[in-house]
Amino acid sequence: MSTATKQIEELANTEYKYGFATDVEQDIIPVGLDEDVVRLISSKKGEPQWLLDWRLKAFRAWLKMTEPHWQNVTYAPIDYQGVSYYAAPSEKKKLNSLDEVDPEIRATFNKLGIPIEEQKLLSNVAVDAVFDSVSVATTFRSKLAELGIIFCSFSEAVKDHPDLVKEYLGSVVPHTDNYFAALNSAVFSDGSFVYIPKGTRCPMELSTYFRINAKNTGQFERTLIIADEGAYVSYLEGCTAPMRDENQLHAAVVELIAHKDATIKYSTVQNWYPGDKNGKGGIYNFVTKRGICKGDRSKITWTQVETGSAVTWKYPSCILQGDDSVGEFYSVAVTNNFQQADTGTKMIHLGKNTRSTIVSKGISAGKGQNTYRGAVKIGKKAANARNYSQCDSLLIGDRCGAHTFPYLEIKNTTAKVEHEASTSKIGEDQMFYCESRGITKEDAINMIVSGFCKDVFRELPMEFAVEAQKLLGISLEGSVG
Amino acid sequence: MTTTTSTPAWVEERRAKAKARFAQTGFPTTRQEEWRFTNVAPIADSNFPLAHGAPQHAASLVNSVAVPGSVRLAIINGQFAAGLSDLSALPKGIRIASLRDGARDATDGIEQHLGRVFSIDTHPFAALNTSFLDDGVAIMVTRGAVVETPIHIVVVTSGDGKGVVAHPRTLVIAGANSQVRIAQTFIGAPGDVYFNNAVAEVVVEEGAIVDFSTDQRESDKAFHVFNLQVHVEAKGVFASHAFSTGSRIMRHDIGIGLKGEGADCTINGVYLADGDRLMDTHTSLDHATAHCTSHEIYKGILAGKAKAVFNGRIIVRIDAQKTDAKQTNRALLLSDDCTINSNPQLEIFADDVKCTHGAAVGQLDEEAMFYLQARGLNRTEARDLLLHAFAGEVLDGLKIPELREQISATLFSALERDVRASTALSPGGL
Repeated sequence: MSTATKQIEELANTEYKYGFATDVEQDIIPVGLDEDVVRLISSKKGEPQWLLDWRLKAFRAWLKMTEPHWQNVTYAPIDYQGVSYYAAPSEKKKLNSLDEVDPEIRATFNKLGIPIEEQKLLSNVAVDAVFDSVSVATTFRSKLAELGIIFCSFSEAVKDHPDLVKEYLGSVVPHTDNYFAALNSAVFSDGSFVYIPKGTRCPMELSTYFRINAKNTGQFERTLIIADEGAYVSYLEGCTAPMRDENQLHAAVVELIAHKDATIKYSTVQNWYPGDKNGKGGIYNFVTKRGICKGDRSKITWTQVETGSAVTWKYPSCILQGDDSVGEFYSVAVTNNFQQADTGTKMIHLGKNTRSTIVSKGISAGKGQNTYRGAVKIGKKAANARNYSQCDSLLIGDRCGAHTFPYLEIKNTTAKVEHEASTSKIGEDQMFYCESRGITKEDAINMIVSGFCKDVFRELPMEFAVEAQKLLGISLEGSVG
Repeated sequence: MTTTTSTPAWVEERRAKAKARFAQTGFPTTRQEEWRFTNVAPIADSNFPLAHGAPQHAASLVNSVAVPGSVRLAIINGQFAAGLSDLSALPKGIRIASLRDGARDATDGIEQHLGRVFSIDTHPFAALNTSFLDDGVAIMVTRGAVVETPIHIVVVTSGDGKGVVAHPRTLVIAGANSQVRIAQTFIGAPGDVYFNNAVAEVVVEEGAIVDFSTDQRESDKAFHVFNLQVHVEAKGVFASHAFSTGSRIMRHDIGIGLKGEGADCTINGVYLADGDRLMDTHTSLDHATAHCTSHEIYKGILAGKAKAVFNGRIIVRIDAQKTDAKQTNRALLLSDDCTINSNPQLEIFADDVKCTHGAAVGQLDEEAMFYLQARGLNRTEARDLLLHAFAGEVLDGLKIPELREQISATLFSALERDVRASTALSPGGL
């Protein structure tokens, strides 16, 4: 317990630890969005014509769409013309070793504790570090290449593996899917690309860190992960953004494709700047994440720990198309101060004997508003589909809110769908028990919250679980009366 | 028939307001969250004329559902029908008036409560009903009165084979510490096409206990929309039991506001649907004050190509500490062509509360079937037993024994009809 206390004290004393801005010369295009901007982004990245056409198609579709407002969050209107859609560190020559990376950027990553230097602490993690929008360096590339695994930035994938990109881009999240996905499809800057060949088990956890750095630049990441037959990959995504007063929009798209017998495990720890104590500033995190279990016996697991952002709005989903495929969703969402989160998942059962599990833990403190919204659809042909959902909310303080909106749509008699939800606060008897044993109030709460989230943390890769636990502590700091 | 000239100004005013509101919103569409799964276009397109006068079979329909020993109030095509009502058993402590007379005579409480228990802004069909506000029944229970005799409202809608629309209305005001049991039966001539757009408002004053049952056995070609809106004051107790076996498109909106500390409410229901019928139930429970409790169990049995929607919202307001709310929603699907949309919703703004909800959808438990078959029941018997048990849990909560028997018989004959229909569709199944 004492270590936990120390961690919290240490972390809480610094307001938002990751709130620093790096002074790197940046190549930013003027604010505003029109077709020319889309063309400019495409040409700056030297993209082929088909990709430009795809972007333009998406852009035209986006123009016809209206911003959705059905979600249970409120935020100041977004000025889409007041944002710059592309920012890249201007120094862009090819780098062969880490020593060549701009020392400023490297210092930033070191502050974040990202193990970009291979020999460091977590030497078994290959990191594709995305600094604002362009990949800065990719590690372990050669080792992965031996196995035929492709792990590179999205732009490189477009250059080196255009066929794969062309085949899968937009196949799970079409460019017309929703307002923010269409926007992303039109202006996406960069992201990560992973391809695991047939029968290959990726020997290490693949990891990427996104940072929104330049002021007033939206971050439009695009991630595409393909696991071919019998492949396995575990992918980690971590997000931190420096402290800024103006709200910044983050509209990423993640697509996962699992072929026959393949397994994809996608873990996220999101701790972007949540705004200050008065609800000023913070990131708008409007993300479309979806995976498809295309082949029989494939499996996709989403694990997320959402502690940051002023407004979080995302529903990592699974389309269970292959027979016997499995979808899982484990989530911890924390809202403190004025944070709002409307998150959950969609499990779309199409194949026979498909199974899905949803475990969602929401923690609200301060004036935070936390919403679980999830859908389970059992198609007519999905015989013997099975779903189990569990949504628990924990309320800390009496000015916060927890909301649950599960949608169940069942079209097959053999389906077994169960949903359970509960809302509670930390029991006074639990607190009393801990305090009477000399544990401080803060520690007791931390302990109880950790226990509450155990089901989800257990699903995280080890190094993420440690970070998640820490973040949870900071997020709830000051919420105890 | 009284002329409209004698209608009090306040009624005119509420009608006009509702009319303006409905003119503004029109019929809801599936683009609205509350109506996402229920397309009311067949109702909007029907353009039925307002029902007038008494249909041929009114008397036999009323008699077919008579509950012996009860006070019977008949509403025929939206109008209170004294001739078909039976007030001989009317006990002390309760006053009953046709809504029209009650409004004109300024009977206590009617002006204060009629059209005030809910907001017409959020219920387009209730606004439509209010814009045609004319007649119905008003039931006033005096303070402290314990009414032993059940009150049975029979709502008959029929255009004698022609499509009609009726807007019946019920108002119940249970005075402080009073007790009353009320049942409402919706019925029409079998095979008739009509649209019954009913509204009931119930005010449960401090410490009063009101038990309200609804038996919806409309014609299976009918459209049925029913809005039950309730205010429960401190320490009041309200229970709703809804049994739905009829109509082609049904929509129930049950809204209960727990407005005073220590209030308690129960919302239970069973619905059965086969063919291509649609059963939509929206319940909304508003825990506005502290120390209130609520219990909700809704069960559905679907066969054929039936579709059902269950939307159960529980709101716990910021000061409603120590709330205890429990919601369960279960559905049995008997054919592969039916669809259930089950959407429980919890919106919680207070921290010291206990709220749970559970939803389960599936087939009959194979292990239970096996257990019963192992004890000598054949598959059909075993299935029937389990289905009866499934619906029985809610049926047992009915507080009027005669009505329980009547509904039970209807429910199980409907069940047999549904099950037969579905077995015919899937010979191997079940």
